[in-house]
Amino acid sequence: MVDDNFKDDQEQKEKVDSKTDDGQGVSRRSFIKNSGIAAGGVVGGALLGGLLGNPFETEETTSQTDSQKQEKNPTEARMFFTRYEDFVVLEQATERIFPKDNNGPGAIELGVPYFIDKQLAGSRGTNANEYREGPFVGSKVVDSRLTRGQIFIIALRKMNSLSNERFDTPFNEAEEEQQMDILKDFEAGEIDMKDVDSSDFFTLLRDSTIEGAYADPLYGGNRNMDGWRMKEYPGSVASYADIMEQDEFVKMDPVSLTDYQQKS
Amino acid sequence: MAIKLDKTDAVIVGTGWAGGIAAAELTKQGYKVVALERGEDISSEDFIGSKDELKYEVRHDLYQDRTKETITTRNTTDEDAKPLRDQPTDTNGDGTGGTSTHWAGWTFRFLPFDFEIRSKIEEKYGEDRIPEDMSIQDWGIIYDELEPYYDKFEKTAGISGEENPLGPERSDDYPNPPMKETPSIRMFKEAAEALGYHPYRTPSANMSQQYENPDGETINACVYCSFCEMYGCDFGAKADPIVTVLKTAKKTDNFEIRNHAYVTRVLHDDDKASGVLYVDTQTGEEYEQPADIVVVAAYTYGNTRLMLLSEIGEPYNPETGEGIIGKNITAHYGNLLFTGVDGFFEDKKFNSFAGTGALGATLDDYNGHQIDNNETDFLHGFQLNISQGGAEPISNNPVPKDTPSWGKEFKENSLYYTNRHLGVGSMEACLPREHNFMDLDPRYNDIFGDPLLRLTVKFTDQERNLAKYKIEKAKEIMEEMGADIVEAPEITDETEFNQDSIHSHTTGGVIMGDSPETSAVNNYSQMWEKENLFVVGGSSFPHIGAYNPTGTIGALAYRATEGMVEYLEGDGGLLIEPKEEDKA
Repeated sequence: MVDDNFKDDQEQKEKVDSKTDDGQGVSRRSFIKNSGIAAGGVVGGALLGGLLGNPFETEETTSQTDSQKQEKNPTEARMFFTRYEDFVVLEQATERIFPKDNNGPGAIELGVPYFIDKQLAGSRGTNANEYREGPFVGSKVVDSRLTRGQIFIIALRKMNSLSNERFDTPFNEAEEEQQMDILKDFEAGEIDMKDVDSSDFFTLLRDSTIEGAYADPLYGGNRNMDGWRMKEYPGSVASYADIMEQDEFVKMDPVSLTDYQQKS
Repeated sequence: MAIKLDKTDAVIVGTGWAGGIAAAELTKQGYKVVALERGEDISSEDFIGSKDELKYEVRHDLYQDRTKETITTRNTTDEDAKPLRDQPTDTNGDGTGGTSTHWAGWTFRFLPFDFEIRSKIEEKYGEDRIPEDMSIQDWGIIYDELEPYYDKFEKTAGISGEENPLGPERSDDYPNPPMKETPSIRMFKEAAEALGYHPYRTPSANMSQQYENPDGETINACVYCSFCEMYGCDFGAKADPIVTVLKTAKKTDNFEIRNHAYVTRVLHDDDKASGVLYVDTQTGEEYEQPADIVVVAAYTYGNTRLMLLSEIGEPYNPETGEGIIGKNITAHYGNLLFTGVDGFFEDKKFNSFAGTGALGATLDDYNGHQIDNNETDFLHGFQLNISQGGAEPISNNPVPKDTPSWGKEFKENSLYYTNRHLGVGSMEACLPREHNFMDLDPRYNDIFGDPLLRLTVKFTDQERNLAKYKIEKAKEIMEEMGADIVEAPEITDETEFNQDSIHSHTTGGVIMGDSPETSAVNNYSQMWEKENLFVVGGSSFPHIGAYNPTGTIGALAYRATEGMVEYLEGDGGLLIEPKEEDKA
């Protein structure tokens, strides 16, 4: 039996989908037009850029190929990071940690920044599953009075300000080597980050990136299971009983929980 | 004011193996049992489709809820301790089945040597060989007495295994044959045999075939899906309390589990316990559950802390050496006693992603009874092993040491070596020291305002020397196995206990022995000073041998339960007369 509410929802969704024919939800062009922002108005250019990207790139954005349109994932919007300029630092930092290469996609293509955004929006970002009584002693991320989410923001802004100071350019526009220099200083514990050891933050950033590359795609990373494909890891396979004793390496097409778990 | 409930025959704190075994045996005998479990109501249904590495293996979803309580740690008594705030490597669990739902299933028997450790070392190497601050002691029971209980536990849990050629005598075979043999296990065994060792298949609580245990519970055949340790079993194919003893207890109609029931005190007067006090953490309501016998069967931490909070027994004082509760903490500390070696193979790939919790092989050629400690700068010894638990992708990114931990080279090497890597692991015995102990922390409290348990632990040359020695032996095996690169962690004088050391297998605190002078409980896990109080579990180990503790926890729980029944049927009193110590 089809649930009526569910049916209504579906119809509603179809209506919305048909309106957003450029595959971006409410299109950038119509938003700008309707809100009056494009006419100058009260919002300055910098903020406009932060919110929407460069509005003058509209033509380019709308001329996406059909395959790119199909890949649009409605869960890929920022839930935790309110400032676009923080998020692009995160994108670049994770890409340096797990770069695109001959083996396959890097952190950005795998959806790692969105994975981290979702993690920080939940209990991980608020340390909600942890012991939180004071006094807070120690310099590790987990020992801080600050939450993981707060520490991420402090660190990413630090990366950006260091890039501006050293290279006169924002982190996300700096050269790879320049970005690496800053990350290495974090890793070495040489960056002042309130009461947190920057090397411990770097470990968190590094580990979060690996998590986003290889966790089940249900968390928003490991897009298309490409992390698993590169690693020749098969995912949620019910049984390996048949291959346990054999010498040959077995390559399998990966299975994610969306196909493994029972569904109605 | 606590609501006072009707009295029951037995109240059990905790529903892991120890509590579950007590529940099954007491209810089968017709006694009414209430089990109080601080965590969630968990059933096998919760594990169906649970192949989620991030949730279980990385975030450790089945570990203790630290928002309510945690432990604190430090190295020495002149330091302030720091709380363990998140869910790192410390494995103790929450919820129905306790830590036992997410265990790997390695099920060993301790050595006859372990149970008589002080006597055996004195006999073999002389009294002077034991450092003055090493508080090893005989357990008040010998292997031959415990053997029938090991046998019983192995049959309840359907252990799959083969006889250890260097192991102690057994009254019967394992109930199931060993698990499947993989290429890496074959390589380990062949290399070990070529070096003159005696490898055998690791005894496993993952089933090599479908099995019905003596209580009539069916455990399914393991399918080697690799989501095992740190997970609950997707297929009911790992022996845990949920599919065995708790199920058995439930069938009797004499059993009730109350979840979210956080026990805060054991109530007592004079020489008896009268019940326990607990809080329903979902309502905040406080209850008193009276009982004829009280069974405290939580993890080592919970057992020790409940004794300290309830003011039962004398807290251990490291300055004077007086007191018992909190004494003799030992564990397989991750950065030292659990260390192994890595082998990288350029031309061979393994199906490393496949496996199950206790799939492997072990050898005991350097364990306590085999090794000659006249030739070593440490006492006791270790086992070496190979295991194929199934390598999940976040947690397993093996790279040779000169590889950075991130960036292009890391990505390239970690992808290349993921399925070209094997490890030879080890576990070493940990011997207690007078300066290592547990007590109540003066600074940090739980959600009820009660002080947390504090661990004070500092390594000594005993552990470091043992680790250095065993790593050399493990390297030789890995080289014999043909690895192109063999690497081992560096053990230095700076290798020290910290929060990442706490891996699992923490024992002690409410230790057993043959006299109240040296122990809190007798070999029935009966408190010397409260005859109807049984404190069961790893907390009773005077030291941890070179094996996973669960087999011995299971055996001691069956032994304890026999004592509980005897106590309930008889006229009370101590089940064993304390031995008079000839104090020097």
